[in-house]
Amino acid sequence: MSLLLEHVRKSYREPDGRRLPVLGIERFEMKQGEQVALLGSSGGGKTTLLNIISGILTPDAGRVIIDGKDIASMPEVVRDRFRATKIGIVFQTFNLLPAFTALENVLLGMSFSGKSVDRVFAKQLLEKVGLGHRLHHAPQKLSVGEQQRVAVARSLANKPVILLADEPTANVDPANQQLVLDLIRNTCRDHNVSLLMVTHSLEVASSFPRVDRLQEFNRPELCLQEQAV
Amino acid sequence: MNLLAIAWKSIRQRRLASSLTALSIGLGVMLMVLVLVIFGAVNGAFNQRSVGYDLIVGPQRGSELQLVLSAVYRMQPPSENLPFMFYEDLKKDRRVVSAVPLAFGDSTQQGGFPIVGTTTEYFENEYMPGHKFRIRGNRINGLFDTIIGYEVARQNKWDVGSKFQIVHGGADSEALHEETFTVVAVLAQTGTANDRTVFLNIEGFYAIDGHEKPVEEVEERMKKFYAANPERLAEAMTQLEGVKSGQLAAAGTESPRVMKEVTAVLVRTRPAKEHPFDSMQMSSEFQKGYQAMAVNPIRPIQRLMQSLLGNIMKALVVLTGVIILVSGIGIFVSIYNSMSDRRREIGIMRALGAQRMHVFGIILAESSLLCIGGGVVGWLAGHGMAIGAAPWVIRQTGLLINPWSLNAWEAVLFPVLVGVAVLVGFLPAMTAYRTNVADALSS
Repeated sequence: MSLLLEHVRKSYREPDGRRLPVLGIERFEMKQGEQVALLGSSGGGKTTLLNIISGILTPDAGRVIIDGKDIASMPEVVRDRFRATKIGIVFQTFNLLPAFTALENVLLGMSFSGKSVDRVFAKQLLEKVGLGHRLHHAPQKLSVGEQQRVAVARSLANKPVILLADEPTANVDPANQQLVLDLIRNTCRDHNVSLLMVTHSLEVASSFPRVDRLQEFNRPELCLQEQAV
Repeated sequence: MNLLAIAWKSIRQRRLASSLTALSIGLGVMLMVLVLVIFGAVNGAFNQRSVGYDLIVGPQRGSELQLVLSAVYRMQPPSENLPFMFYEDLKKDRRVVSAVPLAFGDSTQQGGFPIVGTTTEYFENEYMPGHKFRIRGNRINGLFDTIIGYEVARQNKWDVGSKFQIVHGGADSEALHEETFTVVAVLAQTGTANDRTVFLNIEGFYAIDGHEKPVEEVEERMKKFYAANPERLAEAMTQLEGVKSGQLAAAGTESPRVMKEVTAVLVRTRPAKEHPFDSMQMSSEFQKGYQAMAVNPIRPIQRLMQSLLGNIMKALVVLTGVIILVSGIGIFVSIYNSMSDRRREIGIMRALGAQRMHVFGIILAESSLLCIGGGVVGWLAGHGMAIGAAPWVIRQTGLLINPWSLNAWEAVLFPVLVGVAVLVGFLPAMTAYRTNVADALSS
């Protein structure tokens, strides 16, 4: 099992003090190497879910098991290190750091893992996504498609067990969308990395062997019911 | 990539702002280094190392400081003279290893350099411990042969064989002596007052027309000087009688002993290890028995340095310290203002697995790089400027500047800069530490 969510609850406190329920997931699981597209509408809790899986946010309740360990119960420092080593993230807006070259952005992903930085592997990753000739280019010198490829290479820098992709094709022009998608999926397959991609596009999701709809298994009202109890 | 490398990347991204803030620190450090180098040179010129003697003996009139400034540093006119007989007695004292007479008061017409009459012993002694005079030229043979200091030769463009005239008293005097003097040797640079002095055989000094005192004046002075020593007074009076009757003057070309005077005597006593109280003993004896004083050449200068120059230096160092602190505040403002722009960057790094302490460390590393980098640049610039200015300062003041001499204050400079870096980087670093990752990523 690569990912298992059990009884996960998350709500936000609003300015007036009331709680806004966002997530109420009883069970969600992924096998190792599985590729899942998670469909959801805007404001439906997709990003919150990814933040909880990656340990950026902690749930109000429940367990988030990745590679056999409950990330939700870890102290923050351990959770940060776990995220660095076991979880890869591809953002909608790529989130490359402009002060660093393509290669350095990939190396940066390795810098916080506690392991030594592997320049050779970083170069191999960039070569694999077709950027072997753009290693030392700053992100702003790269095309949008190239930037997303650097982001993909960075997300795999620490050989994670799961890759979380948050609408990775949303900012890519239609001509390149399929290329980016194929790149992410093929790279994950080659490295036996599970892939959970959230999207609101049915077209993008349709190419995945498994498509889940967030609203089908997310019941935010559970938060309120349990609060009332 | 370590935290320093990441911080350096961030600094490079904001090149202009980073350079300007580091430059402001650098300027403060540069000023501090310049102050320290200049005061180091002043201190070096006036400290123990620059005086190769244990006592300066001179007339009781005037202050100790005045005696040292005139006899060693040639910065003050002489106050009065001592009888030559007194110098002879001093030379015979068992505690004295070397006693060198100095007679001065005149200066060169060109450049106004002081003329000092002395003996060859002056050049045989070390001018400062471990440093002997290096002389290029010939020995003094004639009465008006001179050895000139390095700066005298350089500024007046004189060399062996040059001829010149001197004026009575200070440089602004118009009383030109008739005698013509010849340069027979030039001293190598010493970084002391010797560089700016013209040396003359002491007998030549007495032979200069107008230097001889009226017998009555000498008689009066002898009576005062040897009031507590009737034996020496009687000897002096007998000699003066001889001068009056013309017998002594006819005995030889040299001036009669009783008519000669010295301005000061440089005394080296027996080694202090074996005889630690020689200098102190002689000082107290002179205070009781004669109208002379024996001064340790270091103490009055040390007092001057501590009371005046030391405080000026401290004030300037504090002032430059304030400049560095203000520059540090500039770094704080620069980093702190950039924090809102960098919120997303910090969020990305945290999402990639950076811990709170990592981003805290990156911001601290950034302020440290700016402070210490600016400090290193300023330190090098300060010493670089000192190298550039050294020839000019030596030309203008005679101070021998060592641009690379390190002051104790410089040793604390970099730890202080690290302290400033931590101080100014702490608040922005805490902002980074507290950044909410989810909010930063969605911003």
